[in-house]
Amino acid sequence: MTEVSSVDLNSKIPNNVGLSDDPKLRRALEKWLPEYLEWWNDMGPSDFYDKPVFLRTAVSVTSDGWAHYDYVKLPEYRWGIFLAPPKGPLTIKCGDDAGKPAWTEIPGEHRNALRRIIVTQADTEPASVEQQRMLGHMAPSLYDLRNLFQVNVEEGRHLWAMVYLLHKYFGRDGRDEAEELLQRRSGDPDKPRILGAFNQPCDHWLSFYAFTMFTDRDGKYQLAALSESGFAPLALSTQFMLTEEAHHLFVGETGLDRIIRRSAELEREDPNGDVRAQGGIDFDLIQRTINYWYSYSLDLFGGEISNNASDFFASGLKGRYREDKFEDHKAIAGTYRLPVVENGRLVEKDVPLRHAMNEVLRDAYVADCERALRKWNRTLEQMGSSTRLYLPSRRFHRHQGIYAGHYFDPQGNLITEEEFERNRHKWLLTPADNDYLLSIMKPVYEPGKFANWIAPPKRGIEGKPIDFEYVKMHD
Amino acid sequence: MDQPSATTATTTFDPVDFETDPTRYRHFRVAYDGSVATVTMDVDPNACIRPGYELKLNSYDLGVDIELADIVRRMRFEHPEVRVVVITSGNERVFCAGANINMLGSSSHAWKVNFCKFTNETRCEIEDATEHSGQIYVAACNGTTAGGGYELALACKEIYLQDDGNSAVSLPEVPLLGVLPGTGGLTRLTDKRKVRRDLADVFCTTAEGVRGKKAVKWRLVDAVFPRSKFDEKVRERAKALAEAAAEGLPGGTRRPVELPPLAPEVTEKSRTYRHVTLTWDDEARLAHLTVRGPTRDDVAVLEKGGDALLDAGADLWALRAFRELDDALLHLRLNHMNVGLVLVRAEGDAQTIVDHDTALAKNRDHWFGREVILHMARVLRRYDNTSRSFFAMGDAGTAFAGCLFELALGADRFYLLDDPDHPVKVALSELSFGALPMHHGMTRLAAHFHGEPDKLEALAGDTSPKDPEEADEAGLVTVLLDDIDWEDDTRVAIEERLSLSPDALTGMEQNLRFPGPETMESKIYARLSAWQNWIFIRPNATGPQGALSLYGRPERPQFDWQRV
Ligand SMILES: [Fe+2]
Ligand SMILES: [Fe+2]
Repeated sequence: MTEVSSVDLNSKIPNNVGLSDDPKLRRALEKWLPEYLEWWNDMGPSDFYDKPVFLRTAVSVTSDGWAHYDYVKLPEYRWGIFLAPPKGPLTIKCGDDAGKPAWTEIPGEHRNALRRIIVTQADTEPASVEQQRMLGHMAPSLYDLRNLFQVNVEEGRHLWAMVYLLHKYFGRDGRDEAEELLQRRSGDPDKPRILGAFNQPCDHWLSFYAFTMFTDRDGKYQLAALSESGFAPLALSTQFMLTEEAHHLFVGETGLDRIIRRSAELEREDPNGDVRAQGGIDFDLIQRTINYWYSYSLDLFGGEISNNASDFFASGLKGRYREDKFEDHKAIAGTYRLPVVENGRLVEKDVPLRHAMNEVLRDAYVADCERALRKWNRTLEQMGSSTRLYLPSRRFHRHQGIYAGHYFDPQGNLITEEEFERNRHKWLLTPADNDYLLSIMKPVYEPGKFANWIAPPKRGIEGKPIDFEYVKMHD
Repeated sequence: MDQPSATTATTTFDPVDFETDPTRYRHFRVAYDGSVATVTMDVDPNACIRPGYELKLNSYDLGVDIELADIVRRMRFEHPEVRVVVITSGNERVFCAGANINMLGSSSHAWKVNFCKFTNETRCEIEDATEHSGQIYVAACNGTTAGGGYELALACKEIYLQDDGNSAVSLPEVPLLGVLPGTGGLTRLTDKRKVRRDLADVFCTTAEGVRGKKAVKWRLVDAVFPRSKFDEKVRERAKALAEAAAEGLPGGTRRPVELPPLAPEVTEKSRTYRHVTLTWDDEARLAHLTVRGPTRDDVAVLEKGGDALLDAGADLWALRAFRELDDALLHLRLNHMNVGLVLVRAEGDAQTIVDHDTALAKNRDHWFGREVILHMARVLRRYDNTSRSFFAMGDAGTAFAGCLFELALGADRFYLLDDPDHPVKVALSELSFGALPMHHGMTRLAAHFHGEPDKLEALAGDTSPKDPEEADEAGLVTVLLDDIDWEDDTRVAIEERLSLSPDALTGMEQNLRFPGPETMESKIYARLSAWQNWIFIRPNATGPQGALSLYGRPERPQFDWQRV
């Protein structure tokens, strides 16, 4: 039985899962700890390990307790294991057994499926740290540098949260999986991370903001769906992870907003309205970045028509976004209509609702992204720019699901491969884009100063001023 | 009493065509590089043999397997220089996902059973080529290798798996579908790869399978290679195997023998080939299968030997006649499911057939001669495995001799006419004593005399044509009938046979045809397939709440927990 006990900050691994009363688990995790630290040393932002960073660390799981701020050197950050306190008795939220008490131990029949769900989620956490490890060298400000590191340490903590579940509930297999999580490497042809987007290079800050905006947002929806899980420890773990994830999304959404704001300013300043001439990031390039990361992130939701999605929902392992808001938690009868490619044409097709659960979750995600787009376009409007940004069709540039293998333009029209390839450079990030972005992204480490291509934020962190020394680059 | 309708099982689809050739492949590419051939499986999802499903993720149906069988067969005759055949995938992430589940879920029981049997036979052909033709199959599993995909790999001599943290081998049939890995999976796991049976138990109940080092440790694969080195390592291994396999091969110029289409003449009620005729009466549930024996000219070609054989190529009687027999049997199985009884006749001259076999046996050290004999053996095993009653009818004009006497020995009964006005001869030949083994390893003659070793002993090496009475005396005949009784007695026997339960007959015949010990191959048909076919009709698999029926549907299966 999982009991959420009080937070123990003094043990080697801070936790509120009663690790001190579970010597076997503690030993297993203490064995994993040095391996984790070794990974963090190799694959984290190690060039900055001697710099104190103004970080948020969880000291308790209540809403004020996890938001504790102080200077910490990155290797000294204390990763821990925290479950959200349950609100009342937990039940299975969806599927055939909806309404029955939640499982506090793994039901044997779902063990493999749950392990797969947890490993897939866990794998994304260290992957993003690996993708982002060199970004500190071109940070546009200390404020942004600090946000990058905050995201990095929290992704590390998310890995801890998942590894805790693997160690505690999956025995030997779980321990093996936990080790392999530290052995795979983002983008490595031989040991790639499990999911596609987590093997894409993220080598400049435009991609970083797009990644935290779009790819971390997939994470939010996956976590939200898992927080509806009938397996109580998973639900409680992911609920706590969501509180951290919100900050990552904030970094991405506001980061892009600040770039857009700055580009609009530069557009206004330049006699020809040429943002690049002013050393900024032009809107076409921003749009290509959106197209690129949004489409890769859509892939992360899995197939539009999926047996796994149906099984996970039916067995109560994974719900929908805010399952509470739905009336029918069994979803056995309904259908979902979506366009599919048949004989070279797009036709509407009804599929059983349970099989479309990935798509239902993707709908919530798309709506959320559209909201952000509206916000950015409001910024453009306020700044007097006539440009408007958009989200490409969810069929565009897909590598997973029913649209993979077909070619669509950003409006979602079926086109030929030849046509797609001819327009690729107009629609997606190109090597030349990356060269340009790397050429303008020189580090700015002076408190209160910002790179030319991005606007300052509206306010600082935790009530601190914008020119606060968020990372102490010099002692 | 109501006659069961003779048309219920007849499909309204076009008959299945078992012949294909490389210009018509939709699912495979074959590349040749000296002694190494690479077969790349890249299934076209839309090219399925029956409507109603898509062949996603390199999954297969009968149409895909017909191409594979064609590749394996042609490899031996048309590419005798090939020593190693690497099977790999053209799909980016999947080696092969096995038999298409929607196809299985939507097919009739008979279709499923015949599909499984055919795929099993193809896997056995792969092993036969590896073992007897010096064409070694290697599975290069460059992605997820699931279910029938892993069973295909198991049919290969060596299995290599890409180590990318993702690609696993698995047999998820039990946990996901409530059926068995029935294409040899369970049997080859324990009997061929010698996977410990308790680990096999864990493996077969873990849907996601096993990958990386653990797969090697459990002997599920021979080695794992990282993705960036995979192709290179497999190539290296293939080259080494090819070199080793080149030792001790039978002689003869390795000139390819092309296999042209058989192009039978087809009518509503018959298929007429050069040496074989199949006629059927779906209403009467009766078919006639006639094989015409070799001529003196055919014998002469064999007696010249060597290049004369290669010049004759696919026109060689023994190759042509048995290819035709094979095609006829497959048509019977899939396209005439109502036919319950097949009356088999072998026509020709007994002494000529005996001489033919003697001459053919002399060529067994020539690669092509050997391939022809191996091919005959495989076709005869297909005959043994065909779930129809076979009566060999030795009436006027027949000559059940040598390789064609196998058709009488393999039949469920052998009726022989004893009529001095129409003398009929029966004979064994050089090929009767081991060249054409059944899939449980015995000759048909030894299986026939399983309980009478002295009779077997008495016939050892005896290839003299025998009169009906002699043959009966020797124990080679089921029922000897004179010309007065023939007509009536055979008619009654046929009517009686056709009145019995087809299911009981299939079960009975498959038991009685294989006396004696089992081999891995025979266990696949006798044990694994039999259990699979039982599970296929159980509600837990195919009932409305069954796991196979509900796979891909929103509902979860509900089992009847009673152990039967
Ligand atoms: Fe995360
Ligand atoms: Fe995140």
